[in-house]
Amino acid sequence: MAERGGRGSGHGSLDKSITLPPDEIFRNLENAKRFAIDIGGSLTKLAYYSTVQHKVARVRSFDHSGKDIDNEPLYEISVQEEITARLHFIKFENTYIETCLDFIKDHLVNTETKVIKATGGGAYKFKDLIEKKLGLKVDKEDVMTCLIKGCNFVLRNIPHEVFAYQKDSDTEFRFQTNHPNIFPYLLVNIGSGVSIVKVETEDKFEWIGGSSIGGGTFWGLGALLTKTKKFDELLQLASKGQHTNVDMLVKDVYGGAYQTLGLSGNLIASSFGKSTTADKEFSKEDMAKSLLHMISNDIGQLACLYAKLHNLDKIYFGGFFIRGHPVTMRTITYSINFFSKGEVQALFLRHEGYLGAIGAFLKGAEQDNPNQYSWGENYAGSSGLMSTSPDVYPMQRTRSGTFDMLEMDRLERPLVNLPLLKDPSTYIPDTVDLTDDAMARKYWLTCFEEALDGVAKRAAASQPDSVDAQERAEKFRQKYWNKLQTLRQQPFAYGTLTVRSLLDTREHCLNEFSFPDPYSKVKQKENGIALKCFQSVIESLDSLGWEERQFALVKGLLAGNVFDWGAKAVSDVLESEPQFGFEEAKSKLQERPWLEDSYSQWLERLKEGPPHKCALIFADNSGIDIILGVFPFVRELLSRGTEVILACNSGPALNDVTYSESLIVTERIAAMDPVIHSALRDEKLLLVQTGSSSPCLDLSRLDQGLAVLVRERQTDLVVIEGMGRAIHTNYYAVLRCESLKLAVIKNSWLADRLGGKIFSVIFKYEVP
Amino acid sequence: MEELSLPCMFLEGRAELLADGEHQLLHVEPFQLVPLGGVSQLWSEVDITAEEEEEEVENLKSIRKYLTSNVAYGSTGIRDVHLELKDLTLCGRKGNLHFIRFPTHDMPAFIHMGSEKHFSSLHSTLCATGGGAYKFEQDFLTMGDLELCKLDELDCLVKGVLYIDSVGFNGHSECYYFENPTDAERCQKLPFNLENPYPLLLVNIGSGVSILAVYSKDNYKRVTGTSLGGGTFFGLCCLLTGCSTFEEALEMASHGDSTKVDKLVRDIYGGDYERFGLPGWAVASSFGNMMSKEKRESVSKEDLAKATLITITNNIGSIARMCALNENINRVVFVGNFLRINTISMRLLAYALDYWSKGQLKALFLEHEGYFGAVGALLGLLDSA
Repeated sequence: MAERGGRGSGHGSLDKSITLPPDEIFRNLENAKRFAIDIGGSLTKLAYYSTVQHKVARVRSFDHSGKDIDNEPLYEISVQEEITARLHFIKFENTYIETCLDFIKDHLVNTETKVIKATGGGAYKFKDLIEKKLGLKVDKEDVMTCLIKGCNFVLRNIPHEVFAYQKDSDTEFRFQTNHPNIFPYLLVNIGSGVSIVKVETEDKFEWIGGSSIGGGTFWGLGALLTKTKKFDELLQLASKGQHTNVDMLVKDVYGGAYQTLGLSGNLIASSFGKSTTADKEFSKEDMAKSLLHMISNDIGQLACLYAKLHNLDKIYFGGFFIRGHPVTMRTITYSINFFSKGEVQALFLRHEGYLGAIGAFLKGAEQDNPNQYSWGENYAGSSGLMSTSPDVYPMQRTRSGTFDMLEMDRLERPLVNLPLLKDPSTYIPDTVDLTDDAMARKYWLTCFEEALDGVAKRAAASQPDSVDAQERAEKFRQKYWNKLQTLRQQPFAYGTLTVRSLLDTREHCLNEFSFPDPYSKVKQKENGIALKCFQSVIESLDSLGWEERQFALVKGLLAGNVFDWGAKAVSDVLESEPQFGFEEAKSKLQERPWLEDSYSQWLERLKEGPPHKCALIFADNSGIDIILGVFPFVRELLSRGTEVILACNSGPALNDVTYSESLIVTERIAAMDPVIHSALRDEKLLLVQTGSSSPCLDLSRLDQGLAVLVRERQTDLVVIEGMGRAIHTNYYAVLRCESLKLAVIKNSWLADRLGGKIFSVIFKYEVP
Repeated sequence: MEELSLPCMFLEGRAELLADGEHQLLHVEPFQLVPLGGVSQLWSEVDITAEEEEEEVENLKSIRKYLTSNVAYGSTGIRDVHLELKDLTLCGRKGNLHFIRFPTHDMPAFIHMGSEKHFSSLHSTLCATGGGAYKFEQDFLTMGDLELCKLDELDCLVKGVLYIDSVGFNGHSECYYFENPTDAERCQKLPFNLENPYPLLLVNIGSGVSILAVYSKDNYKRVTGTSLGGGTFFGLCCLLTGCSTFEEALEMASHGDSTKVDKLVRDIYGGDYERFGLPGWAVASSFGNMMSKEKRESVSKEDLAKATLITITNNIGSIARMCALNENINRVVFVGNFLRINTISMRLLAYALDYWSKGQLKALFLEHEGYFGAVGALLGLLDSA
């Protein structure tokens, strides 16, 4: 059906060579199982489940009995192999299907796989080929069921999956916040025809209508009218045409607008209404454009009528007519806006092309209960969204020969919203949208580029005993560099570009090349040093009067937060002045009044109000930050009768303290401090993990255990500490309880933006 | 406003010379017997001398003779004799109502004729509706020395439908429907009593389509419209088959086989798509087979014309059905020139509405298909008198 410009159509001649190194495409095939395939008119999507063995850093407490504590490291670090589940999705042209099947056959080790789930129109056509090549039984699944299953899955698991299209904006893609409840919605799939499906729950959906005027009409009628055979070429023709030469407009009928009805003169009164003559010639471009408008408007109108009848305001569009084509996204968006008068929004999905394959895969993997888990897009392994706008990036329009990939990691535990968010449906973690803000984007991309060599060096240095550390570090450097260059061109590739997504992508890339925790040794050393100072810090705090002590505690929190290897200004100091300590950090801090300063209100609250019931504290860095900054503060809260939930990251990121490190540190502190000791014993101090491995904080994706505890303990204070968690993210987060957001700005550009200087202090106390 | 512009769009007449948004000219006979203007308003308005009166009557007689002694005017004007309403009483006068149509692109010729036959001497107002009333206003004034009284086309349409339905069609029913539309053997055209017409959904298919919800004589709203109408059918047919008239396009369509052009549900699923209850015969993708080069080469012009007709008709049916559901109206009246001599579309609309609504919606049709705007304009003039 689709004639594609793949090179060498003779399958035999292609042999087993694929344009990209296949081991970078069909990754982790050795352990692959549960294959699913979705064969469309021109593209094939393959899905499989695999396990990835990767290195994780583990910490383990030594048995210190009878040893010289002073000269021993605090705990033992070991790098272990861990196996995690990963979903692989690969999209390629049908031309390559035979080659790809051969490659899979050759590399498939796992023999428990007996069937392959198949969906899509081509599942029938290629059934025999697949069975012959792979020796697997093809098990066909219903197209629409797969589509919906896939759609629910991406809506639930991929932040920024959904976007609206805006033609005249600097950012053509406007990503949407994931709504905690994805149902109900309307899915309009524009393939050769149009299917309109109402989805009410995971398993309940209904075909409520359709139309025969769809992508096939554009393609078929377009081919007849313009003698142009390919769908993409038809779209290109359309983007160059003038529909007003072919369509009869209101003004052609009225001479102007039809004012009694308020219809503009430029509206189309009759599609192809000017071609009602045998003697005039019309250009291909104009006819293609008129056809595109006719079909898009018609689909938009029907979609709005169905949305109205079923009282729905979210319509997701998919199908090959839409897939990656800004031209059609634009006309559909226009039509929906026009017919719904802005009441309904046309929405599109970043991974729309994969829905069928994801759904077919999920059908086959039901016994693994994939829906019980939370999944996360792996930025290192995924290709990202390509703009195919003919005006913007002409080079990327030719997709032949390219392979597109999506990889998703299974997270250890399910992620949920923080119950204390005021409105989860409007919560946006990130403070600055770099897709929107070209200046900020330029700055941060450059910033990450400049820091890259240092990060690669540190990664290599963190594994002195590994023979290939240098080589892997270089691969990491190259991969992340390429990602940054892609993001310069296509800031929307992975959803909204933010400092958080840049940081997370870097972590994913580090993991990809087996650098699970480059800062593990630094953290170990700093935790050891800080612990030695703990008692004297406590003593000096205890000697202060109440009011003085409150200020000292806050100052300690802030000073601790200076110790951040993620900030270049600090890491330079830490590299060059190993003696740089707590007191030095305090002296760097801005004097009050701070850049953002609600300390007086906070003090007033402590003085006048009743003790808080329970405080949830999101900690930032290892070492001085957690031990000399956070813990004395925790201790004070406990003394006031406030319970404390201390939340640390599940996995490593920069020198942020991890949950397992926090366990050891706390145990050590408890041994020195009776307040902490009894609080731990009486479960007044609880340590939990966030579920995240990011230096930033997304309050809509937190560990379920944390959420349960927050509810149980009736948490009424949230403390968020650090630049990543309180400034890059959550600066504007609105909670239903009191909150403290504090950080030291360790980046002069950001300080400048916020109207301050480097080491300016943010102390934001908010009451709902 | 999509409906305004049929291939040959029209303007609209006045008391006796009404032409409406599509292509017809309405002529009211009784008023030709009295000094032109025919309406009381003009009687009082015009204080004329005996000579002037004499001249006017002469002109009027000549116009009347020209119109009633012919059934065709020039190369494109046609009087639909079969639609003539006989012995109709309007404003206390009895007469025959004639229906004449010509393509809008011949408007200059019409104005020229009006000028030759001294329409302007009749001291009357020419009522006009449809887009052409605006577009050609200036030409009427400068070329024909005629001032148009412009009336809103949707007002006229609703008024015309309700009026003709109320007076009936020479003793027969104006409104009809198809019984057993889903059964080709037993399907037959039967009169429908539209005595209590409200609410009704009025779908006017001209070059574009307007859909109105009518709740009472004076209460209606335009629900929506689509640009895929008669003009689209005719325009695409011209491009695909090289035909040059609407009649020719319909004639080709009647000999074609659209299933060669369209992709049906059974072409994809081998039969019904049971998961969603879709019958195998339903069109899955209009022109869907034309994605393939071989199939493009094997279809005839007739097949293409038929597919175009089916595509446009089904789409109108589908939008009308959704509007009926949203507005909670179960009677849908289809009018407009697209339906003239177009039994294929009427039966398909009847079928589609019945099938997809599981018998809940009824498609109704009116004998005077495209003339209601003109009739409404005539009535508008009488009202304003």
